[in-house]
Amino acid sequence: MTDPGVPSAYVRDKRTPTPSREELRARIPGWGVDLDPADRPAHPRLQYPADTGAHWDFPERQPEKWPRERSVEHAFLTPVFGTAQPPKGLSGAVRKYAYARFSEGRLAHWMLLVVGDRLDAAEHRLRSFASTRPDVPATGVRTEFTHGGLRSRRGRSDARHHLLDPVVVAGPWLAAAGGAAVGVRRLVRAVRG
Amino acid sequence: MRAMVYRGPYKVRVEEKPVPVIEHPNDAVVRVTLAAICGSDLHLYHGMMPDTRIGHTFGHEFIGVVEQVGSSVQNLRIGDRVMVPFNIFCGSCWFCARGLYSNCHNVNPNATAVGGIYGYSHTTGGYDGGQSEYVRVPFADVGPAKIPDWMSDEDAVLLTDAAATGYFGAQLGEIAEGDTVVVLGAGPVGLVAAQSSWLMGAGRVIVVDHLPERLEKARTMAYAETLDYDEHDDVVVEMKKQTDYLGADVVIEAVGAEADGNFLQQLTGPKLKLQGGSATALNWAIDGARKGGTVSVVGAYGPIPNAVKFGDAMNKGLTLRMNQTPVKRQWPRMFEHVRNGHLTPRDMVTHRFPLEEIAEAYHVFSSKLDGCIKPLIVPSAA
Ligand SMILES: NC(=O)c1ccc[n+]([C@@H]2O[C@H](COP(=O)([O-])OP(=O)(O)OC[C@H]3O[C@@H](n4cnc5c(N)ncnc54)[C@H](O)[C@@H]3O)[C@@H](O)[C@H]2O)c1
Ligand SMILES: [Zn+2]
Ligand SMILES: [Zn+2]
Repeated sequence: MTDPGVPSAYVRDKRTPTPSREELRARIPGWGVDLDPADRPAHPRLQYPADTGAHWDFPERQPEKWPRERSVEHAFLTPVFGTAQPPKGLSGAVRKYAYARFSEGRLAHWMLLVVGDRLDAAEHRLRSFASTRPDVPATGVRTEFTHGGLRSRRGRSDARHHLLDPVVVAGPWLAAAGGAAVGVRRLVRAVRG
Repeated sequence: MRAMVYRGPYKVRVEEKPVPVIEHPNDAVVRVTLAAICGSDLHLYHGMMPDTRIGHTFGHEFIGVVEQVGSSVQNLRIGDRVMVPFNIFCGSCWFCARGLYSNCHNVNPNATAVGGIYGYSHTTGGYDGGQSEYVRVPFADVGPAKIPDWMSDEDAVLLTDAAATGYFGAQLGEIAEGDTVVVLGAGPVGLVAAQSSWLMGAGRVIVVDHLPERLEKARTMAYAETLDYDEHDDVVVEMKKQTDYLGADVVIEAVGAEADGNFLQQLTGPKLKLQGGSATALNWAIDGARKGGTVSVVGAYGPIPNAVKFGDAMNKGLTLRMNQTPVKRQWPRMFEHVRNGHLTPRDMVTHRFPLEEIAEAYHVFSSKLDGCIKPLIVPSAA
């Protein structure tokens, strides 16, 4: 007899038998109702649905109101597409270039889109200064007081990287402020000659 | 109308926007009566999904009332109460014809590697979402379903994504009778994945997280054993110990790009955006599974490459299965399970916020304050 202290992984069978069906059914409502893989909705992997509700072979095309950016891995503009937030400004130009020039397989495609996102945020921040409703970062922060910010985080390991969040949010502001300060100093120096 | 609007990483607010209009003959416009924030929205909120534009309205979990229908819509009428799957899909392309609704080829011009999703950046098609008073619903004859009379609004809204994804995650695990299933993440998706694992015949279900209130929920709602990774120096070793050094037959990864537990992954993923999210949970899944076992991934990642331990997956002969959930395919069977009380998604709702307090709702859910597991959003006109 092999020593019973040798764990299952080193012998042929699992050492702790699984509880019986009766036991599991008594303990867990519905245990085993989907036991038969053929009865699960994801089975088989390529399941041909009888009726999806579609009454077309290829859908009618939604009108394209401006040149809609699209992946070069598509044969054409898909018949239906979202029309939210058309590309605008410098960020729009970067985004359009990312779509037109690089396929989804290229890192450059995604990195340009990330750059587009940061430019978009900066463009809106500038615009918001000129508006009557400037952006206030992380307005939800007041819930730190109303919903137990400290109490909720006690002993949690992720509290450590939460400390970085303000840096991520304020980073661009601090960088902009730093840049502006350096610029002003240079200007002052230049004026003083 | 009032709508949640993205203003940059960690910044959201409610703004006035025009009510959406019919843009295609098979569109409907739905007045939202109840919405929710999903763990996936956090990837957008933290600025991790490329091409998330300022002004975008998030929200892919919502139910509502049909307000307007396009000229070719046959299956819905104005006034119908509907639940809308988070996927936008045509029902007729090569992929939809094979039930791969989350991989539809006719709805997302921006990318071929992902289908259409409501309010989930331009990378999934550039559609505004449902954390708002009204929303445009394309392919109204294909996606939405009328809410059965017996179903609660909470269950209905959760079935549009979180619950369907938990159930789908368990199916991807191809659980055999008696299997030991480890579920990583005790969020809404992980909790339903744990419940569902039993339905498919699991012999043991172990849920891993580090938030006490969520682990408690895993024990009471899903009858699972729990493992707090903050209490262990190396949770993978603990998984081995608890499975007699075999590893888990099936690991369901229900955490995704925000995963904690490794500072370097957090820094390079969610914070600096140098990879498509933190791969910590994915790596724990790979290392915690037994050789020849299955890893089911429903946690979501961005399109930028990740630091994944692929060699381990290869050497261990793992089967890796994953997808965005084809929600509507899960519904007929799931409706039975909800009706019979075998799945109880509504049990995980902890908070309700009016749409006007969207910034507060995101902060509480993102930072996991106040025991929040699932926050619902109630639009002003609802
Ligand atoms: N495949 C799909 O169709 C689909 C649909 C919905 C959600 N999702 C994804 O599923 C994931 C979970 O969604 P959710 O709504 O439950 O999110 P959530 O943020 O509420 O839950 C995630 C949980 O994981 C825990 N966690 C963090 N790091 C962990 C680690 N290393 N190990 C174990 N647990 C860890 C967190 O504490 C949290 O409780 C997200 O990535 C989301 O994008 C995918
Ligand atoms: Zn989701
Ligand atoms: Zn399709």
